[in-house]
Amino acid sequence: MSAPTQASAAPPVVVEVRGLINRFGAQTVHDNLDLDVHRGEILGVVGGSGSGKSVLLRSIVGLLRPTAGSVRVFGEDLLALSAERRSQIERRFGVLFQRGALFSSLTVAENVALPLIEHGGLDREAAAYMAGVKLALVGLPRDTAHKSPSALSGGMIKRAALARALALDPEILFLDEPTAGLDPISAAAFDQLLLTLRNALGLTVFLVTHDLDTLYTVCDRVAVISQQKVLVAGPLDVVAATDDAWVQAYFHGPRGRAAEHAAQRLAEET
Amino acid sequence: MLNGMTAPAPNFAELDLATTPACLRIRGDWTLAHYAALEHTLADLRERVDAHTSIDLDGVDQLDTAGAALLADLLGATRLRDLAHETPHWPPARRALLETVGTALNEYQRQAQPRPHNTLSLLLERIGVATDNFYQQALQLLGFIGLTLETLARGLLRPRRWRMTSLVAHVEQIGLDAVPIVALLSFLVGAVVAFLGATVLADFGASIYTVDLVSISFLREFGVLLTAILLAGRTASAFTAQIGSMKSREEIDAIRTLGLDPMELLVLPRVLALLISLPLLSFLAMLAGILGGAMVCIFALDITPAMFLSMLRADTDVRHFLVGMGKAPVFAFLIAVIGCLEGFRVTGSAQSVGEHTTSSVVQSIFVVIVIDAIAALFYMEMGW
Repeated sequence: MSAPTQASAAPPVVVEVRGLINRFGAQTVHDNLDLDVHRGEILGVVGGSGSGKSVLLRSIVGLLRPTAGSVRVFGEDLLALSAERRSQIERRFGVLFQRGALFSSLTVAENVALPLIEHGGLDREAAAYMAGVKLALVGLPRDTAHKSPSALSGGMIKRAALARALALDPEILFLDEPTAGLDPISAAAFDQLLLTLRNALGLTVFLVTHDLDTLYTVCDRVAVISQQKVLVAGPLDVVAATDDAWVQAYFHGPRGRAAEHAAQRLAEET
Repeated sequence: MLNGMTAPAPNFAELDLATTPACLRIRGDWTLAHYAALEHTLADLRERVDAHTSIDLDGVDQLDTAGAALLADLLGATRLRDLAHETPHWPPARRALLETVGTALNEYQRQAQPRPHNTLSLLLERIGVATDNFYQQALQLLGFIGLTLETLARGLLRPRRWRMTSLVAHVEQIGLDAVPIVALLSFLVGAVVAFLGATVLADFGASIYTVDLVSISFLREFGVLLTAILLAGRTASAFTAQIGSMKSREEIDAIRTLGLDPMELLVLPRVLALLISLPLLSFLAMLAGILGGAMVCIFALDITPAMFLSMLRADTDVRHFLVGMGKAPVFAFLIAVIGCLEGFRVTGSAQSVGEHTTSSVVQSIFVVIVIDAIAALFYMEMGW
């Protein structure tokens, strides 16, 4: 019943999940889950609380060894690779964790410079310059560069973490609920930022979210995780029309309708 | 793409002086992998390129933000943004990259850069901040001691508001659970003191006075001091961590909004529990320490148990015990108050809980030793 691929004219697949099974003790989170992420798209992954969205993300980036099934990123099985080869692949993706996960002992600029120094082979001066560029890209004011992460607001932490995720010019960006806990203005600004960066840098984005507005504004495709697998994946209108109680409640509940109207109005204005 | 570093460094840019104005031809991969080589190229070009130089980007193979940022460094962010419009034949994504980086950097550079500090002023600032912190902390501690005493005085008159369950639970945690470690450590230190005494006193043929050394040192000092230091590490840190994690989860605020008093609910039971436990544990430590000394005397110095006991009774006055015990409630109160206060000083993050837990242990050990030293001086002057 899972039909995530729309075969014919689809762009190349960069992440391929096949038959993924994740079990913790007696609890099965994923059961035979299939999912494809295509190059250059923003894929929104939605699902109820505890449906295993974050677990899926962790399985794909290799933080979690699945019970069974295969996960291929750029055609390679991360868990089967040598440490060195794996590190090379890992440099090609950036991850934004739910609460930013900025290193608290470093300043914001040092956080962004770290991967540039460690993997990019830049000297400190060059890394500091590039860190400044990345911070500019995500729209952080200049004086935040020398602050410690604890001095930043939630929205700024998300932006700084995004700058770090972008440090090595990744091809895929994994975002775990990037707009959760942000006020609506910051959340909308983050959505726009994501679109701009995707268009400018040609990113592929894997976006786990609860935020209906984000889904309507930025996502090219949406995958719904329910009943331990990908229930449906495709363009938003296709997904929203799926005959499933949860999907109907999600997209056609009061919040879903409001987000849809808002997105339509936004589209008319621009 | 990072493997590209092994390839022979391609020529990334060339200044064509044949045309007027001069034309800068950019080519090759302008990516992070070639950053060092690109920087080298730019260093040569920097002085020869000016606002009139025309730019030819047609030879560029790959471009990422690092390359775009370097171009911005050479040409200026505004120029880079404009370049996006001068290359209409480029794919939109690449023009968007130039424009985004150019716009972002342009905005970024217009903001004032924070002034760098010099070392001397930083040093002075740190000394000032540290001094002020110490003063504020001492002030807060005194205030908190006053608050605790006031709550204690009010609470004592109203037995209905005594938190017996909480008190008993804390006595178990602080007192009962600490019995093995306190007894064992005191026993070992008692044995060590006896060995030390025996070694030195044997030279004077006075090994028998090892008994006095062990009993007096444990009754006056070591019994209560060892216990206080152990509890400072074990209990003050626990208090800070408990109250601190409640603070960071807004539980303290919840207590206040429910019209309850966190001092009465959280601090009093802990202070009282430590006031009960520490003297009892000190007594235990004295016994264990003397027992440790006795073991050494009996097995290593050939002093019979009977002789040990008679020496103990003949030479050791009860005032030594009273002098030692007198310090126990003071230590208990200060350790508990410091532990609780540091808990209340926690702000938000888990990191803050850790910092304040460390600080509470350091402070309470510091206070215990300072007070003990002052007390030793005082007792000596008083001839007790």
